[in-house]
Amino acid sequence: NEGKELTKEEKQRLRKEKKQHKKNKKDDKGPPEKEKEKEKASVPAPSKPATQSPAHKAPAPVHASESAAAAEKPAKSKAELRAERRARQDSERTSKQGKKEGGQQSASSKPKATPNELQPVVKRLPEHVQVDDPAALKKLAKKLERQQVPLRSDYGYKVSLFSHLHQYSRKSPPTLQISIPATVIHPSIVRLGLQYSQGIIAGSNARSVALLHTFKQVIQDYSTPPNEELSRDLVNKLSPYISFLSQCRPLSASMGNAIKYIKKEISNIPSQCKEEEAKGKLQACIDSYINEKIILASEAISKYAIEKISDGDVILVYGCSSLVNHILCKAFEKQRKFRVIVVDSRPRLEGREALRRLVKKGIRCTYVLISALSYILPEVSKVFLGAHALLANGYVMSRVGTSQIALVAKAYNVPVLVCCETYKFCERVQTDSFVSNELDDPDDLIVTRNGKSHLENWQTVKSLGLLNLVYDVTPPDFVDLVITDLGMIPCTSVPVVLRVKNVDQ
Amino acid sequence: EIHEPEEVSVWFREGSSCCQETLARNQRFTETPVNMPGADKETDLSERIESFLSELKRCGSGAGSLRGSAETARETTALLRRITAQARWGNAGELMEIIRKEGRRMTAAQPSETTVGNMIRRVLKIIREEYARGSSEETDQQESLHKLLTSGGSSEDNFRQHFTHLKANVIEAINELLTELEGTTDNISMQALEHIHSNEVIMTIGRSRTVEAFLKDAARKRKFHVIVAECAPFCQGHEMATSLCKEDIETTVIPDAAIFAVMSRVNKVIIGTQTVLANGGLRAVNGTHTLALAAKHHSTPLIVCAPMFKLSPQFPNEEDTFHKFVSPHEVLPFTEGEILSKVNAHCPVFDYVPPELITLFISNIGGNAPSYIYRLMSELYHPEDHEL
Repeated sequence: NEGKELTKEEKQRLRKEKKQHKKNKKDDKGPPEKEKEKEKASVPAPSKPATQSPAHKAPAPVHASESAAAAEKPAKSKAELRAERRARQDSERTSKQGKKEGGQQSASSKPKATPNELQPVVKRLPEHVQVDDPAALKKLAKKLERQQVPLRSDYGYKVSLFSHLHQYSRKSPPTLQISIPATVIHPSIVRLGLQYSQGIIAGSNARSVALLHTFKQVIQDYSTPPNEELSRDLVNKLSPYISFLSQCRPLSASMGNAIKYIKKEISNIPSQCKEEEAKGKLQACIDSYINEKIILASEAISKYAIEKISDGDVILVYGCSSLVNHILCKAFEKQRKFRVIVVDSRPRLEGREALRRLVKKGIRCTYVLISALSYILPEVSKVFLGAHALLANGYVMSRVGTSQIALVAKAYNVPVLVCCETYKFCERVQTDSFVSNELDDPDDLIVTRNGKSHLENWQTVKSLGLLNLVYDVTPPDFVDLVITDLGMIPCTSVPVVLRVKNVDQ
Repeated sequence: EIHEPEEVSVWFREGSSCCQETLARNQRFTETPVNMPGADKETDLSERIESFLSELKRCGSGAGSLRGSAETARETTALLRRITAQARWGNAGELMEIIRKEGRRMTAAQPSETTVGNMIRRVLKIIREEYARGSSEETDQQESLHKLLTSGGSSEDNFRQHFTHLKANVIEAINELLTELEGTTDNISMQALEHIHSNEVIMTIGRSRTVEAFLKDAARKRKFHVIVAECAPFCQGHEMATSLCKEDIETTVIPDAAIFAVMSRVNKVIIGTQTVLANGGLRAVNGTHTLALAAKHHSTPLIVCAPMFKLSPQFPNEEDTFHKFVSPHEVLPFTEGEILSKVNAHCPVFDYVPPELITLFISNIGGNAPSYIYRLMSELYHPEDHEL
């Protein structure tokens, strides 16, 4: 044990020296910059080494004009961040092992933590994309090169309002650029990435579950290299996988939370744990996560939701939400008499999948497109919507078109109920659908009618742009109730739930 | 007022038995004396009427307006002029009766094409005016308000007098009406620069020739950005976008589901419509109500470009007589297989937009608020003609 400790200490020292070396090579900026980084570092880091974005945001509060120089600053401060974090973690670990030191260390680390928590630190999450910033793009490219993950290029003319987002084409998947056999990226991750990019796996629950199962496979196949610790090395191994997956398709909020959970579990593995035991533990953790947060949560939500469905109801649903479908099937099994109106929209036409599932159960369904909403809404008694994520300011992020449905339902005084598991709650805040969204393949909008497709050569037309948004945000005043596994809450109680969850963890 | 449902506002699906019923019933009205002597002109006339009716029926297949409303209006007016010229009538009353009869058949052929009925009512009003002018050459043209208060003078018996020049006058007035119709789009586009400034983001839905001309006229002098909602399932927005791009207007096509998402960035919403109802509301292509609600939520002005011949004296009826449906194949194609038999699918063509959501009407006679529409209507149509 002691021998291991020594080599660990040595390794840390070596690492620190290397970083200092790197730092001295680049320019030295003023101490205030460093101090700001130190403050940010001492906050219980929500997203550890995942991407370079925390470093991204570090120069942002300083100045936008120094963008060129800022490219160097983050690299330095990132090293600082890491060093700080390592030191703190080690101190926490030794405090766990040695009780004598424990009191001292924890005492010293806690007061450092709490005053900084009270300070208004801007927590920005790694999902923020900045495609219109060439410096950020360069950093991303460098990072991907280091991780040996292929960089996916944007496709087609992007509408200027959305120039800060990526726009990929389904016809050029990122796997084209991977050599066979892929050495860095696990083959099941490659398969998963391909399934994401081609839209074979869609829907936030499905994506999260697939991701977790793939991670189980990865953990199964993992073996700790000599002189490395499982808790640290496995996390480093996962980083390029996550970059690859986000190149295939931007990560969803639920996936982000799942990844955070796994990383926390991995880094909490005590160092004296044997490899097989550790792997078994991790797999059990993943299984319990899926079971608790997704499967049992949907059971709890169905129970609450069924109380809200009465006989003779006409229920409107939009698109294909696995949770809402589950609720309706359960309610039908409980002998409630209702009929369903499925609203669908181009170009994804996901409502047809929901229609098939409901009809198979035997539920009476009607099907319309979203433009016929004003016609069909006078018949409707309740609207059930699924969510992709619930934001901290009470806005509901969901498939594009959801906000429209909530708007028109409000105009006709029809109650709108959103069903969402708590693991999809997200600390981000957003007020419109522009700043953070996903652009899907613009070629999906092309349609052939009567043998003619007007938009076929849209690339050649100079001033024409096609916009295929994936998500939009619904303001909380359109939503009457949110049904979660913790109960039925109003939209504005989301930050309360987040706080409760953070305290628990 | 609700028209007699059998004749005019029939809620019909394509190819259903309702259509054939109406046809049979209307043929009872036709007393075309085909076998009368000197019937060449008559047969020629009836042939034209029949061909017009069949064209009306055919183009109602829901692919938008295969012929724009302007063309329909022009053809209707031309046909009415021909009827005036060639049919046998002795006095104004008989002429009006003939026109009313043919008018009922025409509106029954395609109840959703309201321009036909509007033109018929305009012509009837022209006839009344010409008759009134003939019978009282000396007195000046009185104010319409005055006429409203002292109405009583235009009952049916009064139309029995015969005037030699009535036919010529009526045909001349109809010619004026035709000229007015031809110039409507230009009149509307001339007002474009008063409403669009530079660097605006304008939103529209589907395809409207009036709006297209309006935007193209403004694009000659100003640079702005247009967002077109494609309006499923017929996706006429695509045609609109490609046509606007030819004039180098920056256009973006969005699916209908993204209307609310992008609305926060839009400065004005400019739409066309199929009909303007008597209360100032609209009967427009489906999806327009959602667009109007989103615009109201973001306090974006909603401007409707509609020429005067689209103004109809109907009020929004109950859902039964207001909507028109086309084949649900557009919504759920037959390739979906077995679920088709277990599912109801709807494909309505029109939406009702209440007048509270509309900011401005731009027509060939200028800009008006929706609250003023009833007044314009009383100047265009005579109250007794509201029901043909």
